[in-house]
Amino acid sequence: MSAGQREQGSSAPIVAPTAGPWVRAFRRLQRHRAAMVGVAILGVVFFACFLLPTLLGLDPTSTAPELRHMPPSLRHWFGTDALGRDHFARVLIGGRVSLWVGLAATAASVTLGVAYGAVAGFYAGRVDEAMMRIVDFFYGIPYMFLVILVMLMFSETARGEALPVFLALGLVQWLTMARIVRGQVLTLRDRDFVLAARVVGAGDARILVRHILPNVMGPVVVYATLTVPAVILLESFLSFLGLGVELSWGQLVAEGVAVVNPIESPWWLLAWPLSSH
Amino acid sequence: MTEALIAVAALLAIASLAFLPHEATRILGAALLAAVVFVFLRHVAGDVPALLVCAALGAGVWRALPPTVLRRVSFMIPSLLLLIGVTTWLMYLAPGNPFAQEKAIAPQVEAALRAQYGVPETPLAFFRVYMERLLVDGSLGPALKVQGRSVQDLLLPALPVSLGLGGLALFLAVAIGVALGVRAGTRPNSWADHASMGLALVGISLPNFVIGAGLMIVLALWLDWLPVAGWGGFRHVWMPALTLALPHAATIARLARSGTLEVMQEDWIRTARAKGLSEGRVVSRHALRVAVLPVVSYLGPAAAGILTGSFVVETLFGIPGMGQWFVKGAINRDYSIVLGTALFYCGLITFFNLAVDLALAWLDPRVREAA
Repeated sequence: MSAGQREQGSSAPIVAPTAGPWVRAFRRLQRHRAAMVGVAILGVVFFACFLLPTLLGLDPTSTAPELRHMPPSLRHWFGTDALGRDHFARVLIGGRVSLWVGLAATAASVTLGVAYGAVAGFYAGRVDEAMMRIVDFFYGIPYMFLVILVMLMFSETARGEALPVFLALGLVQWLTMARIVRGQVLTLRDRDFVLAARVVGAGDARILVRHILPNVMGPVVVYATLTVPAVILLESFLSFLGLGVELSWGQLVAEGVAVVNPIESPWWLLAWPLSSH
Repeated sequence: MTEALIAVAALLAIASLAFLPHEATRILGAALLAAVVFVFLRHVAGDVPALLVCAALGAGVWRALPPTVLRRVSFMIPSLLLLIGVTTWLMYLAPGNPFAQEKAIAPQVEAALRAQYGVPETPLAFFRVYMERLLVDGSLGPALKVQGRSVQDLLLPALPVSLGLGGLALFLAVAIGVALGVRAGTRPNSWADHASMGLALVGISLPNFVIGAGLMIVLALWLDWLPVAGWGGFRHVWMPALTLALPHAATIARLARSGTLEVMQEDWIRTARAKGLSEGRVVSRHALRVAVLPVVSYLGPAAAGILTGSFVVETLFGIPGMGQWFVKGAINRDYSIVLGTALFYCGLITFFNLAVDLALAWLDPRVREAA
C-alpha cells in the first residue's frame, strides 16, 4: 500500500518537497475510519484517566463502610468495592498506572529491540549468530522468574511502585522485538535500494537508519501494539500474585475476580484502537 | 559484582562460539551431547560401559546430524549451565533466604541448616555445590521448603499432568487459531473474518484468570456440562485446557490471517488456480504450508510456555501441575525448586526453538535454499 503511494508521489510533477513519511503516515491514518475511531477512543481513555479524576475531584481511597458492594448508581457510576470505595475513581486512577506501564515498557522494548535486531540483521553472518545467541539465552530464562525475582529484589525498597515493573517487563519484551526486526532487516539488506545507497556513498549507519529502518517500521508497529496489552496483562498476572503495582487495572481485576464480580475493566478499549490499525 | 562480571563474560564467551570454525563447532556439539548423555547414563550402566556408549554416540552424532543441529547443541549446553549460574545469582540478590523465619534463628542453627541442605552463603559457592550434585550424583537436590522431599519427587508427578493438559491446550490453540485465521484470511472482510478477529481481540485482551472464571460460570454453573474445578477425570481437562488455549488461539488466528492474506497474493497461488485446482485444494495444498510459517515461529516459545503449565490456571482449577512450582519456588526462595523448574523450562524452550527452525526449513523451500 505504501509503495503504491510512493510511486504516485514520484510520478506527479515536482512542485513542492514531498511530505515526509510521518506526515504521509498521518494522512493515511486520517483516511482510515476504523483507525480514527480507535484514536478517538484512545483519546477518551487518556482524558478520562489523566484529567477527569482531577476535574471531578474523584477520590479512589476514601472508604465508606455503609456503602460496601453497591451496584452502579448515579453517584457511583461503576458501583463501590468491598471497602465502599468509588469504583469509577479507582478504575480511572488505576488506568493511569496501567497505561503508563504498558506504554513505558513498550517504548523500552521498541528502542532496545529495534537497535539490537537491526544491527544483528545488518551485519548478518557470524555477528548475527553471536548476537542472536545472547537473545536465545535470555529467552531460555523463564520470564516469570525474571519478573518475579526483579520484583522481589525491590519488594522491600519499592513495593507497589511502578519502576520495578517497567524494569522487569522491559527486560523480557525486547527479545521478540529484536528477533522480528532482525528477520526483516536480513531480507532487506541485499535489496537493490540498499545497494543504490551504497553506490552513492552512504555509510553503514546512514543506510541502516535512513534506508532500512523505515521499511521495518510496519511489523514493529504491529508488534508494539500487541505489546501494550500484553504488558498490561503481565502486570495483571503480577497483581494476581500480589506483586504488582498498587491500584492498577490488573490489581482491580484480580480483586474483582476474588469477589466473583468480574469487572471487565475498559482495557479492551485500549486493545481495540491499537489492534485496529 | 564479581558474579555479574562472570555472568557477562560467560555470556560473551558463549556468543563468541559463533566465531569458531565450522568443523570445530561440529566437534564441540557432538562432544557436549555425548558428555550430557554420559552424565545420565553412568548411573544406570556404570562408568566404563557408559563411556564406551557415549564415545560411539558422539562419533555417530558427529557423522550423522546436520551441522545446524550440532551448532545449536554446542550453544545450548553451555547456556544451560550459564542459566543455572545467572538464576542462582538473581536468587541470592533477592532479599531473604530459604531459612529466614518470622523469628530470628540462631546463627548456629542457620549454619547447620545451610550445611545440611547444601546452601552456602554466596551464589558462587552454591553454584559449585549445585553443579557437583547435578553432574556427579545426577540429582536436582532436596527441596528446601518441603521437608524430606527431593525436587525430583515434587516435579516428576507434576510432569505428566502439565504435559497432558498442555498438549491438549496446544492442540486446541493450533486447531482453533489456524482454522479461524485461515478462514478469515481467505475471505477478508467477510463475517467470518470479523467474527474471528473479534474473538481474537477478546482473547488477547482478557487475562486468563478472567477467561477461566468466565468459563467456570458459563460451562459449569449455568450449563452444568463440566465440573467446576478439580483434577482426575477426563471431564476435568477441558475447561483448564480451553483457558490455557484461548489467548494463544487468538494470537495464532491473527498470525494465520495475516500470513494467509499475504500468501494469497503470491504468483504460485495464481499458478495453482490457473491449473484449475479447486479453491479448497489451492488453500490446503499450496497456501497453508507457507501461511502458517509465522504461526510455527510463534509456537516455539508458546509451546514451552503452555507445556510448563500456568500458575493462574492451576490455582483456579486446582490442578497439581508444574506451573505452581515456578511461582512457589520463587516466592518461597526455594532455590532447588527454582533451578529445577528453570532447567526444565530452558531445556524445553531450546528444544522447541530447534524444532521450529527445522520445521520452517521443511515447510518453506525458500528457507531450505538459504540454509
